[in-house]
Amino acid sequence: MIYGTAIISGCLLAGNFAGLLLGSFLGVGINVGGVGFSMICLLCVTNWLQRQNRLHPNVKTGINFWKGMYIPVVVAMSASQNVVSALSQGAVAIAAGIAAVFSVILFVHWLSKRGLLT
Amino acid sequence: MNYLAANSLVMSFLFVGLVMAAAELFSKHVVHERIHSSAIAIAIGLAMAYVGGRLSGGSSGIADIGVFTGVGVLGGSMFRDFTIVSASFGADLGEFKKCGKAGVTALFAGVILSFLVGMIIALAFGYSDPEDITVIAAGTVSFITGPVTASSLGVASEVVAISIAAGVVKSISIMIATPIAAKHIGLSTPKAAIVYGAMMGSTSGISAGLAATDERLVPYGAMMATFYMGLGCLLCPTVLYWITCALLSTVF
Repeated sequence: MIYGTAIISGCLLAGNFAGLLLGSFLGVGINVGGVGFSMICLLCVTNWLQRQNRLHPNVKTGINFWKGMYIPVVVAMSASQNVVSALSQGAVAIAAGIAAVFSVILFVHWLSKRGLLT
Repeated sequence: MNYLAANSLVMSFLFVGLVMAAAELFSKHVVHERIHSSAIAIAIGLAMAYVGGRLSGGSSGIADIGVFTGVGVLGGSMFRDFTIVSASFGADLGEFKKCGKAGVTALFAGVILSFLVGMIIALAFGYSDPEDITVIAAGTVSFITGPVTASSLGVASEVVAISIAAGVVKSISIMIATPIAAKHIGLSTPKAAIVYGAMMGSTSGISAGLAATDERLVPYGAMMATFYMGLGCLLCPTVLYWITCALLSTVF
């Protein structure tokens, strides 16, 4: 169990570090794509272990445990969103947020109608 | 009560477990599996966040109530990132290589589209100052981009709060709208998830929205969403701000 968990930790720390480096390099002062780099790192590491035939079942169990915790964490995350403030900042915020989501949905719909997403 | 508050992280596991169980029962018996149980669990979470925010007056939903503070830890960015990364386990690296170009194009298109929509809404509500409009439009891109843009433009007023709220509304709308729209817009392949995540942004919105649609799509969309925010912080205070200024000076 702990090996899988440790591998994720290593990848997350490495990825976030890369994100911070990229952020300060670009001068925006935030973490740019740290989680994305971490995912790529985890995929590369597990692919490599698989090829070496060293991806033991207990390592997989460790990673899969956290993978299974993903939805519960997302539920906890949604329960700690600032829903009240989002709804009380007035019509501009609500209109802008909803219109943005709706226009992206329309755009993706148009792309898929043209067969660009398969 | 103190006893429960002292074990708040343990309490949060129980809380989330109960919400998930309730959602599963509701999905099976009330809506006969037409709505994914994760979508129901997320909706219950959001409703709880509203109730918690009303009762406590705080900013972290139900996590501001003593016994539920652990929910804020479990749902905080550390656990979120940790589990999102683990959720990528089993995803196909080849899909990313195949869709790299489409993904990057979608990132730019997504940031620009959201910014434009935010700009139009801000204009429609009577804002005319280019800085204010840029900050609101940047908030429409994401709730991190808004404040980052505001501080780099030196804006400090109520529009910053509006921009954060716009980003949060967007993120919540993604959670709700994604599972509803998925079937109609062909959101069922890794490529579609890559493009959707890249255009929508918002790691929390995408990770919850795709989880409620099809868990296998999560890594593809979530990875792009994390790059979206970075691109937004890069473009909004610079190129998009200049474009806003130029547009406003020609119109007015």
